[in-house]
Amino acid sequence: MPFKPVILWTDALVFVLVAAALIFAWYVRRHEHLLAPWRRVARSASGMASLTVLALFIVIGLADTLHYRLALPDKGGERIYAVEELSVLDAVVGPLRTQKEKTYSAPLATHLYAKETMELPGGGQARDYPRLKFGGAHLGDPVADYASDILKRTVFGITGGAVLWLVVAALLSALIAGRAGNMGAAWRVIWRGETGVQWRAVLITFGLMLLITGPVIALCVKYHVLGTDKVGQDVFYQALKSIRTGLVIGTLTTLVMLPFALLLGIMAGYFRGWVDDVIQYAYTTLSSIPGVLLIAAAVLMMQVYIETHPEMFETVTARADLRLLFLCVILGITSWTGLCRLLRGEALKLREMEYIQAAHAFGVSHWRVITRHILPNVMHIVLIAIVMDFSGLVLAEAVLSYVGVGVDPSTISFGTMINNARLEMAREPMVWWSLAAAFCFMLMLVLSANLFADAVRDAFDPRIRSRVLNPKQLEQRLAAASRRESAA
Amino acid sequence: MIGYIIRRLFYAIPILIGVNIITFALFFVVNTPDDMARAHLGVKRITPEAIALWKVERGYDKPLIINNNKTGAAVLTDTIFFDKSVRLFVFDFGRSDQGRDIGYDIKTRMWPSLAIALPVFLMGLAAYITFALLMAFFRATYVDFWGVVMCVAMMSISGLFYIIGGQYLVGKLWNLVPVSGYDGGIDAFRFLLLPVLIGVVSGIGSNTRWYRTIFLEEIYRDYVRTARAKGLSELRVLFRHVLQNAMIPILTGAVVVIPLLFMGSLITEAFFGIPGLGSYTIDAIQSQDFAVVRAMVFLGSVLYIIGLIMTDISYTLVDPRVRLE
Repeated sequence: MPFKPVILWTDALVFVLVAAALIFAWYVRRHEHLLAPWRRVARSASGMASLTVLALFIVIGLADTLHYRLALPDKGGERIYAVEELSVLDAVVGPLRTQKEKTYSAPLATHLYAKETMELPGGGQARDYPRLKFGGAHLGDPVADYASDILKRTVFGITGGAVLWLVVAALLSALIAGRAGNMGAAWRVIWRGETGVQWRAVLITFGLMLLITGPVIALCVKYHVLGTDKVGQDVFYQALKSIRTGLVIGTLTTLVMLPFALLLGIMAGYFRGWVDDVIQYAYTTLSSIPGVLLIAAAVLMMQVYIETHPEMFETVTARADLRLLFLCVILGITSWTGLCRLLRGEALKLREMEYIQAAHAFGVSHWRVITRHILPNVMHIVLIAIVMDFSGLVLAEAVLSYVGVGVDPSTISFGTMINNARLEMAREPMVWWSLAAAFCFMLMLVLSANLFADAVRDAFDPRIRSRVLNPKQLEQRLAAASRRESAA
Repeated sequence: MIGYIIRRLFYAIPILIGVNIITFALFFVVNTPDDMARAHLGVKRITPEAIALWKVERGYDKPLIINNNKTGAAVLTDTIFFDKSVRLFVFDFGRSDQGRDIGYDIKTRMWPSLAIALPVFLMGLAAYITFALLMAFFRATYVDFWGVVMCVAMMSISGLFYIIGGQYLVGKLWNLVPVSGYDGGIDAFRFLLLPVLIGVVSGIGSNTRWYRTIFLEEIYRDYVRTARAKGLSELRVLFRHVLQNAMIPILTGAVVVIPLLFMGSLITEAFFGIPGLGSYTIDAIQSQDFAVVRAMVFLGSVLYIIGLIMTDISYTLVDPRVRLE
């Protein structure tokens, strides 16, 4: 084989998570009462629009999770693999990773950012901005051809995006129209937002995304779309790689936290008595330590552990990966208390319900009462907590990396990007593109996660009364209510 | 009420013991003092003598919990656990790994922290509650809708960008105030203006939204309808009746952080170069000064527990039905 698949620790857990999500989805599909709240999510325009953006991030993150090691050129005998772990994403964006410049260059630049002394062809020296090795290297005359080349590529990218959008829109119409249906009619239904799933919102978001990604893809082949950083690495590539780190921290932390919170919270509320006392004591103690300090102390200890046990880690990537996993575990252990408290309260309420007393009367075992009757009835709280926590964790990663207790410095993440770029604020003229890239990517990720979380909460939380309605919706509701009243 | 407070203080003791055991386990059991010495000295300078010296200098050369070489009470007192953990209970923080007196550092550095955190807290509370009440006033209109959209957008921006952007705009571009630094006395105002402003602005998104939900919970209750039926103006209904009844959830979130204001904010202080406890902690983390981090963890927990007790007391002030006995 020309390559050897590598499964790092976080990769394995991400695969577990994906499998769990798929099984959950399959299970929900077969149960109408579980499907109903998801239908409400699908009807929410903001929810579906944010899910479209999130889907792009998830695809990039998953592509970056499939790791492998390339085989080195055969020298006879057994095959040797490179120490560097690559991912499918690295293979797809190939040139972005390998085409390194000398140092800073601005977005879409053809020349370096700093002047250098160069040898002139006819002898003698001059101080000027040297051409980039890769950015715009195909241009014969960078001054004359630059503008037209950029324009040509942008137009090409937008056209490609538009074509793809039309194809997708047509496919979707055909799918909704069904076998014998009318595609035109289906399209009108979509466009008026009358489908059960808000396809209009999905299509508009998808169109906007193509409008941006189309030109970016067309340009990034020959230019550094977001410039290069101090060691000449493409900032766009770094931003793409950061996505996986953010997603891993946002999701795996919840995976770590969930068993603690679920088991302990339900046990405390269900059994009460001394079990409740012990669990309450545990989470009161843990939550009385300020979060950042506990995380800092734990990460500090982990650093010492990693430094004094270098033999445990084969490659730099494996070490960085394990550190990422440890960070998730630490964040998970420090953050289960909130959900645990919620679940305890809910279990306290549920255990007094008639159907649970009936189960007791029938002699159903505690374990079965918990799994059959309590667990399904607290799942909405768990789900809301998962989606609500995600964005906070992505933001926390950046702050922790800044404090110096985040991911390994060799892991590309939003935090390390900001941290490295911050030092360049003082430069004159300013190197702004690294910060801008981290800002835009983080904002997109966190904003869509927040909007999606709101949609999920609105759909699942039975207590929600104060939903954000725009005046038009409110008017419709009021009209419907008055119609009902007059009919009665 | 005094009896209640005393009882609560006694309840705090087992929690503080728990915190103490957690930190002790974290700092001395996960890694032995030898490991810490190695990490601290760096790879090149590790010799058994250097490690032994490092441990003696910082008092880490004793047994962890039980000292079999001593007799009497010294079996338990002449140990790392007693020296480094039990002494924290009387706020004897000992010396940092760099040899400075931690207690003295905390006493001098908490005032700059408070000078930033307190104005941020007070001005923030006033601003967020006002915004939230305004949004509740305009509920179900476009003002409310776009207000919520703004809040969600603002809470999606990392706090780091508020600081970086604020420093760039106000400090560098407009040259209004110094970008970072600190000075005592009246001069401190110039240095505090920007961090306080940024602290307030960066909290608008999540806090306004949170208070808005609290107010909307209240606004559909019967007493609000009664107040309107009496002919009170909507503003009076909001600012007197709704605000007063929403005080309990507001206090639950707000009062508990008051004692923690002494600890300052890690990020703000590091960015603005303010010599408070936040930057003290960051420096300790970055130079791997375990003694300081341990002291801060303990101090933070004590302050948090004080905050919880204060929260309970504050309930009696706003809600006459609550009696602490």
